[in-house]
Amino acid sequence: MTDATDIPGRKPDGAWAHLLHVLRENPVTMLSFGLFAFFLLQAFFGALIVPHDPLATNAANALQPPDWTHWFGTDSLGRDVFSRVVVATRLDLMISVLAVAISFAVGSVLGAVAGYWGGWIDAALNRVLDTIMAFPLFVLAMGIVAALGNSIENIIYATALINIPFYARLVRAEVNIRREAGFALAARLSGNSHFRTLAFHIFPNALPPMMVQVSLNMGWAILNAAGLSFIGLGVRPPTPEWGIMVAEGANYIISGHWWVALFPGLWLMLAVFTFNLMGDGLRDLVDPRRRT
Amino acid sequence: MLSVTNLSVSFRTRRGEVNAVRGISFDLGRGETLGIVGESGSGKSVTSYALLRILDAGGTIRAGDVTYGGVDLRAASERDMRDIRGREISMIFQNPRAALNPIRKVGHQIEDVLRQHGRATRQDARAKAIKALADVRINDPAARYDAYPFELSGGMCQRIVIAIALACDPKLLIADEPTTGLDITTQKTVMDLSRDLIRARGMSSILITHDLGLAAEYCDRLAVMKDGEIVETGIAAAVFAAPQHPYTARLVDATPRPGLGLRDLLPAKARTPLPGHAPGERTLVQVRDLVKTYPGKSGPVHAVKGISFTIREGQSVGLVGESGCGKSTTSSILVRLLDRTSGDILFEGVDIADIPAERFVRDKRRSQIQMVFQDATDSLNPRHSARQTIADPILRMSDLRGARLTARIEELATLCGLPLPLLDRFPHQLSGGQKARVGIARAIALDPKFLILDEPTAALDVSIQAVVLNLLADLRARLGMTYLFVSHDLNVVRLLCDHVIVMQGGEIVEQGPTAQVMDTPSHPYTRNLLAAAPRPPVLAAPMTDQPAAQ
Repeated sequence: MTDATDIPGRKPDGAWAHLLHVLRENPVTMLSFGLFAFFLLQAFFGALIVPHDPLATNAANALQPPDWTHWFGTDSLGRDVFSRVVVATRLDLMISVLAVAISFAVGSVLGAVAGYWGGWIDAALNRVLDTIMAFPLFVLAMGIVAALGNSIENIIYATALINIPFYARLVRAEVNIRREAGFALAARLSGNSHFRTLAFHIFPNALPPMMVQVSLNMGWAILNAAGLSFIGLGVRPPTPEWGIMVAEGANYIISGHWWVALFPGLWLMLAVFTFNLMGDGLRDLVDPRRRT
Repeated sequence: MLSVTNLSVSFRTRRGEVNAVRGISFDLGRGETLGIVGESGSGKSVTSYALLRILDAGGTIRAGDVTYGGVDLRAASERDMRDIRGREISMIFQNPRAALNPIRKVGHQIEDVLRQHGRATRQDARAKAIKALADVRINDPAARYDAYPFELSGGMCQRIVIAIALACDPKLLIADEPTTGLDITTQKTVMDLSRDLIRARGMSSILITHDLGLAAEYCDRLAVMKDGEIVETGIAAAVFAAPQHPYTARLVDATPRPGLGLRDLLPAKARTPLPGHAPGERTLVQVRDLVKTYPGKSGPVHAVKGISFTIREGQSVGLVGESGCGKSTTSSILVRLLDRTSGDILFEGVDIADIPAERFVRDKRRSQIQMVFQDATDSLNPRHSARQTIADPILRMSDLRGARLTARIEELATLCGLPLPLLDRFPHQLSGGQKARVGIARAIALDPKFLILDEPTAALDVSIQAVVLNLLADLRARLGMTYLFVSHDLNVVRLLCDHVIVMQGGEIVEQGPTAQVMDTPSHPYTRNLLAAAPRPPVLAAPMTDQPAAQ
């Protein structure tokens, strides 16, 4: 209390310095951000750097174990597993990022409105969310994709919908406890409308716990998208996608061709792992109390 | 009986080792009451935790000896300490509600302690618990035995905590800010009760408090702590009347009490003449038959029952009462955050009570009526820097932008005594006093005519309270604002206000010029309030005539 606050002229760190501080402070955060950068690289440049065409079939070279030309081996049609795993990153990340973005936005608006105004809006929203959550979420997603049609957009919508309740409830709780906080009343006295008070004063304070939720959700969303593809919904072959690849490879595990399913499964696991680890780091990044 | 020598406690933190207590020594005799006084961060609570070895994680006793009745408390095993805690030494904490288990009956909580220390059996525990409740003068103890903490008032809860602490007849009671957050009359009841019990049982006690006046009234000896060190010890009356250490002198000066002016609270060096203050004749705010009724589960709750008063331009009016008297409801209605049930509020002759609080945000008088909140920490957005906080009302309600906005913010900061480099800090990087200054700067950003101050110094240390009160007096003189000062502390109100309104149970029981209400109170409730204020043993005008004597 006495040491830091009494040094005049010490400015708070900039965004980059703060990022570096957060990374340096926690090796787990450093590892997760490193892995995230690794996946981002694959998503952006994967198609340009892979050694083989991920769609090119070669029946003569089918089901070859890993070697120096095909690092992860080849699948039943002779396609290079490594190239397909790397190229699939973009699609899988895109599905999960978009799905999480939609559920973040929709869930925030619904939750903030319910938490701030309360009353019948709150009661109605809660019942709707309870209804969504009463379904087994994966089955619900399957139903949505089956009903709306088998396309990538619909996978995104289905994944977004089943995640909305988590965001809405979190934001509702965070907004609700701050509705009567001194700074919210002070914002009203300063001439802010209810909308401005909610959007610019109260809601930003819900961001740190939201970031943890975002990061966990990214992992779930990837699993969900891969799961839907695994059972044959959404992404269609021959498009490279981790879920489909695991599904295709599963047929060959019994015959000893382990690499076809293992590597896409490993990437899937690593991606989920990365996002789960990133949560705390993201929270520290958006929490001003960490900027000391 | 208790002897502490050269005690040092340190905490491991992200910034490295922090020495919270640096080599303090004191002795406590049988039947003696020692007051440890200091401001926040002085290490007074840590000292008491160290005695009982209940420091938070990361805290360790670095050096020193603690001997209690011949037992070395530092060397005692955890098992022995468990025996000592509660049976030999017990402690009562600041927030009685937090100290009680919310989902257990209070009677059971007393039984727990009795049985833990083998003072009661299953058969006689109930009778002993009821007797313990009777000892702390709880009416109808047999019925209260079955009460849950939420059903009891704050003062009652603190008495239960005292009952638990005294259940096993300890020889030493440590009270850590036992009455902070309680009303002034409740504070007096609780303090009188614990003093009587301690005397009757021949116990020793340590009272830890930030309130020098309270400590001086209830303790035999005082130890004044600052930055982890004891700077002065002595007989309570002597410490208060003739402080030896400059820090003690500053604390004594800053403690509001009858007979002192605002500037007397400041250190002698900083005493500039107080600017003149003459309220005008025009009426600024007139409240007529204001009523606020809330719907409640068991019938409507009448928070404010038809009160009327007038505030003249430039006047400073104190609104005084204990929690639940309706003073906060009244101030929320006046600042137009809350709608009244019936009644008129004339602001400059125009009724503003009819404009719903919802729509008053866009009213042109919004900038004229502002408020400084009670808790400076809670009232600042944790994500906004001081600059953003002060800029908010200017951006919303005026068209100052760019360089002129920056200049205005810096002018306000200077006016409120906030160093300019601190403007880019976030609230958690500011001290309590600095946060209070940011809150005041925000409230006066648009030159309001009417400023409502809702216990602006209740959460501050006395020395910072002294500075903030003087700042408010200076601002009043420079900007010609009218104040409504809401407070439970009559000594503070006396310093700042020309006119006092005393509220009880939603009604005004007495109002009039400050001197009249304070010196010749007509209503018994006002007399009660005045009598409950701590009365430190001190001469009528102690430090003012010979400020540089020491």
